[in-house]
Amino acid sequence: MGGLASLVARLQIDWETLLTVNLPALIVVLIAVPLVLFLYIMGTELIVRRFPKRAQPTVRPWIWVGPAILLVSVILVYPMIGTIIRSFFDRGGSNFIGLGNYIHMLSDGGVLIVLRNNLLWLLLYPAMVLIFGLALAMLADRVSYEKPVKSLIFMPMAISFVAMSIIWQFVYYYRPPDVPQIGILNAIVVNLFHAQPITWIQDTRFNNYALILIAVWGATGFAMVILSAALKGIPGELLEAARVDGANELVVFRRIILPLMMPTIVVVGTTMVIFALKAFDIVYVMTAGNYNTDILARRMYAELYAAQNHANSSTLAVILLIAVIPVLIFNVQQFRAVEARR
Amino acid sequence: MKPFTDQTGVKISFEATRDLDAILQTKVAAGNPPDVTAAPGIGTLIKMAKAGQVIPLDDKLDMSQLNANYGADWINLGKVNGKLVNIYAWAALKGLVWYDPKAFQAKGYQVPKTWDELITLTNKIKSDGGKPWCVALESQAASGWPGSDWHKEIVLSQSGPTVYDSWWAGKQKWSSPEIKQAWTTWGQQILGSGGSNVYGGPQYMRATTFGDGGQGLFTNPPKCYMFNQGSFITSFFDGYTPKPTAGTDYAEFALPDVSSSNAGAHVVSGDAFVMTKDTPQARALIKYVATAQAQDIWVKRGGGKIAVNKQVSLDDYPDPISKAEAQTVQTTKIARYDAGDLMPTDMRDAYWKGVLDFVQDQSKLDSILANLDKVQQTAYVGAS
Amino acid sequence: MSTAVTAAPPRQEGAVTARAPRTSPLSAAVSKAGLHVAVIALTLLWVTPTLGLLISSFRPGGAFTTSGWWTAFSPPFNFTLDSYRAVLGESDLLPSFFNSFMITIPGTIIPAAIAAFAAYAFAWMKFPGRNWIFLALVGLLAVPLQLTFIPLLTLAVHLGLTSGNTLPFGLNAGFIAIWLAHTGYGLPFSIYLLANFFRVLPQDLFESAEIDGASPVTVFFRLVLPLSVPAIASLIIFQFLWVWNDLLVALIFIGGTPEVIKG
Repeated sequence: MGGLASLVARLQIDWETLLTVNLPALIVVLIAVPLVLFLYIMGTELIVRRFPKRAQPTVRPWIWVGPAILLVSVILVYPMIGTIIRSFFDRGGSNFIGLGNYIHMLSDGGVLIVLRNNLLWLLLYPAMVLIFGLALAMLADRVSYEKPVKSLIFMPMAISFVAMSIIWQFVYYYRPPDVPQIGILNAIVVNLFHAQPITWIQDTRFNNYALILIAVWGATGFAMVILSAALKGIPGELLEAARVDGANELVVFRRIILPLMMPTIVVVGTTMVIFALKAFDIVYVMTAGNYNTDILARRMYAELYAAQNHANSSTLAVILLIAVIPVLIFNVQQFRAVEARR
Repeated sequence: MKPFTDQTGVKISFEATRDLDAILQTKVAAGNPPDVTAAPGIGTLIKMAKAGQVIPLDDKLDMSQLNANYGADWINLGKVNGKLVNIYAWAALKGLVWYDPKAFQAKGYQVPKTWDELITLTNKIKSDGGKPWCVALESQAASGWPGSDWHKEIVLSQSGPTVYDSWWAGKQKWSSPEIKQAWTTWGQQILGSGGSNVYGGPQYMRATTFGDGGQGLFTNPPKCYMFNQGSFITSFFDGYTPKPTAGTDYAEFALPDVSSSNAGAHVVSGDAFVMTKDTPQARALIKYVATAQAQDIWVKRGGGKIAVNKQVSLDDYPDPISKAEAQTVQTTKIARYDAGDLMPTDMRDAYWKGVLDFVQDQSKLDSILANLDKVQQTAYVGAS
Repeated sequence: MSTAVTAAPPRQEGAVTARAPRTSPLSAAVSKAGLHVAVIALTLLWVTPTLGLLISSFRPGGAFTTSGWWTAFSPPFNFTLDSYRAVLGESDLLPSFFNSFMITIPGTIIPAAIAAFAAYAFAWMKFPGRNWIFLALVGLLAVPLQLTFIPLLTLAVHLGLTSGNTLPFGLNAGFIAIWLAHTGYGLPFSIYLLANFFRVLPQDLFESAEIDGASPVTVFFRLVLPLSVPAIASLIIFQFLWVWNDLLVALIFIGGTPEVIKG
C-alpha cells in the first residue's frame, strides 16, 4: 500500500529539460493556441464574405457552431453510441438480448436502492444549492465586503474531491461516548444536546443526507457565482424605479428580480439536476456505496472497472441518459418563453 | 529508484494513482499499456494474465537464480496457468496481534500460545471489566478489509490451504461449512455477541479508520488490550501522540493456529510487479526489483516491509519487531497470499461489504453469504 | 433594454400614494444589522469545515486524533509548521506545476473560445435544427465521462496522439489529446451557460450594429464579449478549476511521463 506513492516523491528535478524543452513549449502553446482560434474565426469570415449575399446567413452559423459540434460528436457522442449499442448485448458482447440487461438491472435489489438514493439526491441537492446560492448572491450583493464573502463561499470549488473528503471526515468524525469528540458535529451533539454521538457516514438514517450536504457545500459557490453575474446584469434604474414607486423588497424580488433571473436559475437548476443524476466522486471517496449510499454513477463505475461487466455499465449509463430527458423538455419550454418575449 | 537509474541508465516515469484498476484497464484495452505495473491488488492482474495481456517472465529472468533467492511459495504465487507473470518485491505479514506489554504485565496476562489460550485470555479480560479487542474497519472506499483479514486468517488456519485456495479461486462457495465456520468463529469467539468483546461495539468498528484502531492500546487505562493488524501498522503507530516505542510500548505475537493440523499457516501480502509491455527498460526494472540489493533498500526504510529475496540479511531490519516478522515469514510453513486481493475486484469488494454487514448484525450471516455466493457466480467470468 | 422592460411589473394603481418612506430609520438599522448577521453567519458556516483542516495542519502531528481542532484556541497554544516542512521538503512542486499549466491553460482557453463561438450562433443566428442541436448538447452533460475513456484513448493511439510522440517545439503529442478531451467534456456546460447569457443581451444593440454594417465577427468581439465579461469570467474559472483538479483524465491520456505527476 502506498509503495509507489513513496517512490514518486523521490523524483529529481531535471532543470535542463525544464528550461530547454518544457518552458519553450509552454510559451509556444500560450501564443499559438489563442492565435489559431482567432485566425479560424477571422479567416472563415473572409471566406464567407465571398459567398453570394443571400447564402451568407445560411453558411455562417455552421462556421460558428462547427468546431463545437465536431468535437462533441467525437468526444461524447461517438462513445455514447457505442455504449447504447453495447447495452443491448450480453456480457460477452456477441449476443443481442434486447432489453435483457435493463430487465436484469431494474430487478436487482442493489439497483433499486441506487435509484432511491438518486431520487433523494435529485430532490435535495439542486434545491438546496439553488436556495443557498441565490440567498448568498442576493445578500452578499448588499454588503460592502461582498468580494471576500464570495471568495470564501466559492473556495470549496477550488479543491479536489479527495481534499473535500478529508475536510468532511473531520466534520463527521465519530469517537465512542467515553472519549472527547474530535469531529465538530458530534462535539455539538454530545456537548450541547447531551446525546450519544452519531456515526454520520455509517448510520443509514443520516448518511445519505450527510453525503448530499458535502455536495451542496461544494456546489453552492458555483451557483452563487453564476446567479450573482445574472443579478449584476439587472439594470439598477429598474429596481430603483420600483422602490420609488413604493414596492417593498419582497415585491421587488418577486416581480422584478426573479423573472429577470429565471433563465439563469433554469440553467443552474438544470445543471444541478444533471449533476445530481451523475453524482459520483463524493460517494466513491467517502463510502464506496456502502451502508445503502450507492448511486447510479458509482455503481456504473463499479460495473465497468471492478466487475468489468460492460453490459451492465452501459445499461446504467443509458438509464442515466434517459433520466435527463424530462429536464430537457422543461428547457425547451423555457427558452421558447424567452424567445417569445424578445 | 535512484540506485536503479544510476546502475542501468534507465530513467523511470511513475504514475501513482488510487484509480489504478480503472487506468490500467483503460490503457490496456486501448492498446497503450505502461511498461511495468506494480499493483497492490493482483486480482485484476490475474484476469489480465488469463487474457494474455501481460508478458510471461520465465524467459526474461534468470530462473535458476530466482529459484535460489526466492522461496517456492513466492514464485508460485506469481504464476498464472503455469507461467510466471508477477514478481514480488516485498511482503507484509498479516495476522499479527499487537499489544502493550506493560498493560499485559500490570494485569498478569500471558501471551497466548494456542487458540484456546487466546479465547481464554479474551474471556478473562472481559470478566476483569476490560475490552479484549480493538477492531477498526473504516478505510474509505476499501472499508471492511481489516475484518476480511481476520476472516481469511481463520479460514487458512482452521480449514487449511486446500480449502483456502479453492475458495479464493471461486470454486468453493461462501455458504460452504468451512467458510461459514470461519465467520462464526470470528463472530462468536473474538467479537462476541453484538460485538461485546470489542471496544465501542459495531458503531466504533465501522466508523474508525484502521490506522487509528491501535490508539486504544496506549490509553491509560487501556480501552482495549489486543489489536490484529498487518506488519505495516507500525507506521501508523508512529503517528500517534505520544508516539509509542517499539518493544516497550507495543509488541506483537502471531495469531495462534486455530487448528493444529495447519500449524504455522500465515496470510501474507505484498507488491507484485508485472510487465505489460516488453521493452529493454521494463526487463531491466523487473530484474532489478527481484535483487537483494533493491529489496534491502525498502527493508532499511522500515514501515513493516519484509524482503522476499532470501539473500537480504536479517540484520538489515531496523528494529527487533520487523526482524522477528522477517523471521516468521522465512519460517512460515504454509504461506498464502491475501485471499481478498486474489479474488476478482467485485468479489473482493463484496467481501469487504459483507464484513461491514456482519459486524453490524451477526445474525444476518446467512443472507450475507447468500449474496456473496451470488456475486461469486458472475465475478469469475472473464470480461469481454 | 427590451427584455428588461417587458419583464418589469405593470405599474400598480395607488402605488404613487404609497411613495412616502414606510420604514423608520430604526427599523432600517435593524434590518441592516440582520443582513450583516445573515451574511457573516452563512459565511462562517461555510468556512468551518475547511477551518478545521487548516487549524489541524498547524497542530503537532497526531494531535488532531486526540482532541478537537477548536481546542487549539485555548492554552497551551501549540502550533507548528512541521506538516508543511515535511510536504515541501519531499516533493518536487516545480515540474508538476509546469505541466499542470501545460494542460490547464489550453484546456481552458480552447473550450471557452469554441463555446463562445457556438453560444453566439445559438443565441443570435437562425439556422435549421438550432433548438434541437442545442438541447442535445445540454443532454450530453449527462454522459458519464468514464465511459468515454477507452474509445477515446483507442482513437488517440490510432492518431498518434500519445505521450510517446513528440511534435515540433518539443510538444508532447499526448497534450493535444488531453486538450481535446477536456474541450469536449467542458463544451456542453460552457455553451449552455454562455448561450443563456448571450440570449438576454438587448436586441436593439444587434439591430443598430447591423444597420451600421458591422460583421458578425465585429459584433462578437466588440459587443457580445465585452457585455458578457462576468459570465465568461466565471466560466473560465470553472473550467480552469475542473481541469486543474482533474488527475484521472491526465493519467489516462498522458500518464507515463514524470511531468504529469501532481499531488
